[in-house]
Amino acid sequence: MKLIIAIVKPFKLDAVREALTAAGVDGMTASEAKGFGRQKGQTEIYRGAEYEVNFLPKVRLEIVLDDDKVDAACEAIRSAANSEKIGDGKIFVLSVEEAIRIRTGETGAAAI
Amino acid sequence: MFMNKLKKFGLIAGLSVLASPAMAEVPGETAFIFNTLLFLIMGAFVMWMAAGFAMLESGMVRSKNVATICVKNVALFSIAGILYYVVGYNLMYSGVDAGFIGEFSMWSPDDSAYLGETPDFGEGDTYAAGSDWFFQMVFVATAASIVSGTLAERIKLWPFLGFVALLTAIIYPIQGSWTWGGGWLSEMGFADFAGSTIVHSVGGWAALTGALILGARSGRYNSAGAPVAMPGSSMPLATLGTFILWLGWFGFNGGSQLALGSAENAIAISQIFINTNLAAAGGVVAAMMASQMVYKKVDLTLALNGAIGGLVSITAEPLAPTGGLAILIGAVGGLLIVFSVPVLDRLKIDDVVGAIPAHLVCGVWGTLAVVLSNGEASLVTQIIGIASVGAFVVVTSSIGWLVLKAVVGIRASEEEELLGLDKSELGIEAYPEFSRS
Repeated sequence: MKLIIAIVKPFKLDAVREALTAAGVDGMTASEAKGFGRQKGQTEIYRGAEYEVNFLPKVRLEIVLDDDKVDAACEAIRSAANSEKIGDGKIFVLSVEEAIRIRTGETGAAAI
Repeated sequence: MFMNKLKKFGLIAGLSVLASPAMAEVPGETAFIFNTLLFLIMGAFVMWMAAGFAMLESGMVRSKNVATICVKNVALFSIAGILYYVVGYNLMYSGVDAGFIGEFSMWSPDDSAYLGETPDFGEGDTYAAGSDWFFQMVFVATAASIVSGTLAERIKLWPFLGFVALLTAIIYPIQGSWTWGGGWLSEMGFADFAGSTIVHSVGGWAALTGALILGARSGRYNSAGAPVAMPGSSMPLATLGTFILWLGWFGFNGGSQLALGSAENAIAISQIFINTNLAAAGGVVAAMMASQMVYKKVDLTLALNGAIGGLVSITAEPLAPTGGLAILIGAVGGLLIVFSVPVLDRLKIDDVVGAIPAHLVCGVWGTLAVVLSNGEASLVTQIIGIASVGAFVVVTSSIGWLVLKAVVGIRASEEEELLGLDKSELGIEAYPEFSRS
């Protein structure tokens, strides 16, 4: 099992969810996040005073998958979230040791 | 028959020439009722400006200080209303006699001339005493509202309200007596129709002295002295507040005609409404264009300030200008806003809502602009009026702020300021169910 953590632009969330569903992903967790990468935020202006907004709003997706679905899921996220502009986000893939469904106590692949 | 008709026509024509001024007049009691209604309805409009200031300031402060600014606004309106009853009105209007100050006494209505067997309604210029008190009271509240916006987010509640008491009971009424109370400035011919100087610059001067003595919000200027933006919590609320003020201003300027008992007055009030609206519109458009040119972006808060700046600019003479001149006077007000905001920042004078540019700078400009359309006003007299009112308010306000600072302290601690005055002063939050992202 793998955990995919994807940081994407907030307005891309629906497109990413649809692409993941089409790729056979049954569930995911989304949370609002803030951050920056090489883009380093942006400059805004208020009453003549410029200010840096370093932490830009992003959405953080967490998806746990069987190993054989990971490549398809990563490709779905990458194609759906891509606007070919800086700040489109990142995808991280981590190994997962165990998964347990709370209601039934099922473990491993059966729990996801 | 024909002759008869001619005769009759001639007779009527002759009569109407003789009687035309008299026939145009409504009975004295009717004029009395219309004048009173004007004061009450227009005064209620001006009262609503308190809501406008509350919303504008709520939108322009950060969410951790919104409940506190709401408390300050409702409290200052109440304190102004009580103190203007107890001492302010008579200090401004009773027994000034071309002098510098009225009487220290409580206001009480005297309508005896209009009651009883033989009421005397004068020349159509009379009204119920209470309607005048009400109309004047809402003006002093406006002056006090101006101060709260500038000093928001770091002044302590009770010392602020202490200053409001001084401003509304003593400072505003004394300088008001000089012109509107029939004092020395009115004898000189100083012209300020609805209060560019008497209301708006007074609030602006008091705000400026307060801002200088209180100091800027923590972190408002960085170590290099450059301003650090502290964006307000709600642009829609700031916009709503500005529209409410704009609405109230029709009462502020329109009611200052002081009479609605004749067609002449009705026409004048209509012209005042039009000029008031045009000046506000000119202020917004000019501020937007200047903001676009200077900052390459349209700043909504500067556009909103532009509306207020246009309104303040036309307040000293909303009747005499043509519509075109009213747009121009308002537009200059809008430009003054955009260019005085960075000047204040350079001087490290922290004005949260932009009240000093809108009410003080445009108040001065509007008072000078009277000479553009009012042939009876003189530039020298206007300058004397602006300077004497300014000097009086700066000196008395400074004494008030410094005494408050020495005796009770006026500034929240840095820790309280960082936490937000809502939690540290009130123990409540404006938006307890919203997480701060």
